[in-house]
Amino acid sequence: MSYLAATHMTCGYGGANIIEDCSITVERGEVAVVVGPNGAGKSTAMKAIFGMLNLTEGSVLLDGQDITHLPPQDRVPKGMAMVPQNRNVFVLMTVQENLEMGAFIREDNIAPTMEQVYELFPVLYEKRYQLAGELSGGQRQQVAVGRALMTQPKLLMLDEPTAGVSPIVMDDLFDRIIEVARTGIAILMVEQNARQALEIADQGFVLVQGQNRFTDTGEALLANAEVRRSFLGG
Amino acid sequence: MDILNAFAMFANFVLIPATAYGAQLALGALGVTLIFGILRFANFAHGELMSFGAMATILATWGLQGMGVSIHPLPTALLALPVGILAAITVALLSDRFVYRFYRHNRASPITFAMASIGLMFLLAGLIRFIIGPQHQHFADGERFLISAFEFRELTGLSQGIAIRQTQVITFVVALVVMAALFWFLQKTKSGKAMRAYSDNEDLSLLSGINPDRVVMIAWMITAALAATAATLYGLDKVYQPFIFLQMLLPIFAATILGGIGQPVGAILGAFVVAYSEVMVTYAFRQVVGLLGPADWVPDSMLQLMSTNYKFAVSFIILVVVLLVRPTGIIRGKVIER
Repeated sequence: MSYLAATHMTCGYGGANIIEDCSITVERGEVAVVVGPNGAGKSTAMKAIFGMLNLTEGSVLLDGQDITHLPPQDRVPKGMAMVPQNRNVFVLMTVQENLEMGAFIREDNIAPTMEQVYELFPVLYEKRYQLAGELSGGQRQQVAVGRALMTQPKLLMLDEPTAGVSPIVMDDLFDRIIEVARTGIAILMVEQNARQALEIADQGFVLVQGQNRFTDTGEALLANAEVRRSFLGG
Repeated sequence: MDILNAFAMFANFVLIPATAYGAQLALGALGVTLIFGILRFANFAHGELMSFGAMATILATWGLQGMGVSIHPLPTALLALPVGILAAITVALLSDRFVYRFYRHNRASPITFAMASIGLMFLLAGLIRFIIGPQHQHFADGERFLISAFEFRELTGLSQGIAIRQTQVITFVVALVVMAALFWFLQKTKSGKAMRAYSDNEDLSLLSGINPDRVVMIAWMITAALAATAATLYGLDKVYQPFIFLQMLLPIFAATILGGIGQPVGAILGAFVVAYSEVMVTYAFRQVVGLLGPADWVPDSMLQLMSTNYKFAVSFIILVVVLLVRPTGIIRGKVIER
């Protein structure tokens, strides 16, 4: 049984279904990547898994427990953390306060976790007393990921973490995400930069029009001629 | 000596009263700005919430006076203020429970909230007039002056005196203490930070597990405490009169918007700018100017820009100019969305 098993999900806004019979699974300590063309329903699938959209069909199991009908804020204590694509930091608060807010639900000592985040993203330690809104795009993404890690999640969900950052920063971010996965955290990531994302993916899901088109290891998907032709630009 | 005399006169009639007034406005504007930051609507019922708090304080003051309790030379109202604060908090939490929560759960637009708050404003205004009546109430006791104009003249040998009323000093000191406590709360405590986070980015605060109902409750409690304190200080400094609080909405909103909506520091800045402008524009400078030059150099006019009857026009002009020129306010705040 996978750590996260979202199976046969169907949902949408209003009448039309954006995703249909879509299944996504993630294992502990692995990176799962969802790729696909614009409008394929990648972000919608993420929202559905986090409970920000109600499923009309299908179910979400976390560690074998059915959480299909749990509201988003109750999924945080269950070990899920999400980095949204936009507006993912508290811009009027310092970097350190952003991290503190990430750990809001924790009653224990958060200092060790904060130290780990600063070890992972050393630049955040240098800028810990600066407002998050004053940082560069890449640094903001680091704050956003750091904030999510502060809950000590078992599943970290990232919605296009590299949107709008330079290629160098992107490589760096991917390296850090692999590091996070090595600590045993399951990672589910939606990415526009499909090729680079699949390179670090243990498992890849190619969505087209809200449905699973290909599901395989990242390596196999990169080797698949049809995937390359249709989604990776040859 | 004449320059000192002119300054003494200016301080006596402009600087000191305007500072006290500014402190009262600041406490009011802080409440409006907090509610806007957290619940994202302009709370028109805020003036009546202030009035209700002051009314409860006055009733408690009378009770204490009747029992012969006194903290002379300080006014008894300071002792009664916690009662007023509790009453205002009760009203605020009840109105949230029975009015605003409904709209919050329905994700109503800010304008719907504002309209509901106008209804609540009339309801509270009526209730207040039922309980204490529409007439003005004096409830200040204790020592009147910290230093009277006469004592000041004796002390300094100047021809112009500076009278410092005790209520002005109390207003300023209490306002300072309350503001310091508020900023400490917002900057240093977990609940305060959660409030800022919620105001900053509601969705992300939910993703962090911050409980919105708790944030809203704390916001109302702080706002009500500030409102009751502001109105009690205003009543001590001048007089308590129910209808004044409808008029006070204008300078309070002007201060909030001028400072940047949702920005506590801005609210305080805005309040003092509005207070100084209002007092200076409506003050007749003839005598002050007269002291600065030869005996016969002053013109016949009063050197008053605007009659005191029009003092609310000052806030109105500030409001309109800010909205036209810099809608985000001095410290970049939120812009009211339609």
